[in-house]
Amino acid sequence: MIDSNTSGALTPEETAIRVAATLKRRGFSERRFRYLGVGAITLALCFLVFLFAGILSKGIPGMFQHYVTLEVMLDKERMDPKGDMSVGSLYSGDAVSLVGEALLRTLGDPEGRKDKRAARSILSSGSALRLTEFALKHPELIGQRVPVKLAVDDDIDSFMRGFISRDTPESDRRLSDRTIEFVDVLNQASLISYEFSDYLFLGSASRNAEIAGIKGALMGSIWTLGVCLLIAFPLGVATAVYLEEIAPKNRMTEIIEININNLAAVPSVVFGIMGLAIFIIAFGLPRSIPLVGGIVLALMTLPTIIISSRASIRAVPPSIRDAALAIGASKMQTILHHVIPPALPGMLTGTIIGMAQALGETAPLLMIGMVAFIVDVPGGVVEPATALPVQIFMWADFAERMFIQKTSAAIIVLLAFLITMNAGAIILRKKLERRWL
Amino acid sequence: MSFRFLALALATVVMSAPAVARDYISIAGSSTVFPFATIIAEKLGQNPAVKTPVVESGGSSVGKKGVCDGIGTQFIDIGNASSRMKAKELKYCDKNGVALTEIKVGYDGIVLANSKDAPLLQISRSDLGKALTAEVPDEAGQNWIPNPYKKWSELNPAYPDVAIRVYGPPTTSGTRASFAEIINEKSYCGKDEVAKALSLARDDKNGKKCRAMRTDGAYIEAGEQDNLIVQKLAEDPTAFGIFGFSYLDQNSDSIQGSELDGVAPTFEAIGTGEYKASRALYFYVKHAHIGVVPGISEYMTEWTKHWGDDGILADAGMIPMSKAERKEMMDRMNDLPVLKKGDLK
Repeated sequence: MIDSNTSGALTPEETAIRVAATLKRRGFSERRFRYLGVGAITLALCFLVFLFAGILSKGIPGMFQHYVTLEVMLDKERMDPKGDMSVGSLYSGDAVSLVGEALLRTLGDPEGRKDKRAARSILSSGSALRLTEFALKHPELIGQRVPVKLAVDDDIDSFMRGFISRDTPESDRRLSDRTIEFVDVLNQASLISYEFSDYLFLGSASRNAEIAGIKGALMGSIWTLGVCLLIAFPLGVATAVYLEEIAPKNRMTEIIEININNLAAVPSVVFGIMGLAIFIIAFGLPRSIPLVGGIVLALMTLPTIIISSRASIRAVPPSIRDAALAIGASKMQTILHHVIPPALPGMLTGTIIGMAQALGETAPLLMIGMVAFIVDVPGGVVEPATALPVQIFMWADFAERMFIQKTSAAIIVLLAFLITMNAGAIILRKKLERRWL
Repeated sequence: MSFRFLALALATVVMSAPAVARDYISIAGSSTVFPFATIIAEKLGQNPAVKTPVVESGGSSVGKKGVCDGIGTQFIDIGNASSRMKAKELKYCDKNGVALTEIKVGYDGIVLANSKDAPLLQISRSDLGKALTAEVPDEAGQNWIPNPYKKWSELNPAYPDVAIRVYGPPTTSGTRASFAEIINEKSYCGKDEVAKALSLARDDKNGKKCRAMRTDGAYIEAGEQDNLIVQKLAEDPTAFGIFGFSYLDQNSDSIQGSELDGVAPTFEAIGTGEYKASRALYFYVKHAHIGVVPGISEYMTEWTKHWGDDGILADAGMIPMSKAERKEMMDRMNDLPVLKKGDLK
């Protein structure tokens, strides 16, 4: 009804003129809309590239570190005073001075307390432990002089990477001139190598950046997610099935539905406070264990799983149910044989996304004591553990500089873990997906 | 089906409760003590006879309150703190029937630092307080007005002619609390004639109200991440930062610590007490857990092995106590005197 006040209908020519006049404007606004979309994607991609470039450029060097190879005399009596090769005996042994002597000999036996101190500062404080582990693995080599590869101290590592400059005055540097001379000697004898860090994946939390690793945190994350999955998946799916297929549609179910949706929006730290109050204070479970962490994260992921499971159950056409019921299947048979199997890919996708979300959480873990410095690798759900994002968060705050690279390396591992989980979700969906024609 | 799973999950939780007795030490508290406590925990864990203690961070108040929450393995055994327990906090312990022993482990300096590309700042503590406290007396000395100083040079022409911009920790931090107490309260409102008189006039004899930091952008809360502050200082030579001495020690090639009243924040000056902005670090041991949770006395002994002048804690930036103090603390570890209200004076 354009221009209803003008007399009569428009001639085709007039209409054409009018349309032509607006065409340009419409074309322009359409192009603008498209450019805005392209701009948004470009911006998002730029951020992503920026983020990945930052993490990879710092993290990939963080996966490598410097080692020094020394000829160490594996003196039976001094390493193993009790002579039974037990862990306790090796611990009370004197591996520290064996390593120290090997280093001093390589450096041409420097005299004087200060020189010796400068030389010793080259080696990581984890060297003695490394030597006892080596001896445990190769008991046949005891009594011989063998080359052993030991990590260098984090300050030396930073120096080798060029983060600590030779030109800085000695008083402002964390390395003395003498130490740098010793490092040069080792370097000239090509005893220092730059290799893939075995500590990063096999080491546990440590305050010495050069021997710190993510094994403990990774295992902690796996245990916690395991508990989380065992609780959240069956509970979530059962709730979804009940609400969609069995529950009568009344006020009560409506209230439950609303509350589940609300639960999805509750800040995660609230679940941590609840976990502290119920599981630790009321039930008396110890702090810092994956069992409590898993339960808390399960409560957090439940709404995600329930909502996605319900959506995928709803996507199963009613005709399938009708067909099953028509040929005499019971309600339960219909659900178990004809509704859940086709809805499973959607449920699994939701679960994996929920799990991925749980993997990245630190806030709820803070309250239940899993944001902590934990050295021992957890061997079960009731041993103290921490999680990957917690480890990253803690490393980022330590003063020692080598932790900056370790942090980025750990971020890469976390991202890889997440990408694997999401890829798993996609593969599962593609594999199990069924199309209704 | 859902009921069976629910029952199973509940059963798991309830059944495991009595079965799980904690056999590792649980420690929580100050983020300043945290790096040192973790070093000790790691060292202790290398002994195969003891499990490595679990150390949580969170702030001094978490340590002091947490250790007093009650007796039982669901509560922590040891609380770390970078400020001493107050009478009020001890009262909470008494209420819950918790007996503690206080152990001092060393000192930490609080430094004001900037980039090495900028000139070194030499400032008096009183002026530093004046620059950062929220309210100062007006020119006539009659009323409190919001801090008007925009540049360091306005306090004293000898200071650099740049805007006052200081990155520091948030209110939850013990470092911030100590800084406000030592610099704002004691060195400025407690010493400066005008501010002292005016504090008395507003019924604030000790100048406690001066502890508030500026909120007009001169003091910028940078979170508990001291590394972040160090990075900011390296990028921006006109900015200053407040953090613990260990971060200055680790980054001594890019940042410099300002001299307070002519004393530079060095290891020695903090140790002798010549550099005034420092505080003691403590941990509080719960008596009822010694002997119940294995390893507590071993943990205490482990501190004594490393807290000396050449120890690994000194390497990490903790300032050691004097020999006499160390001896006193070792005696305390053996005798375990109960901390009483009278001790906190």
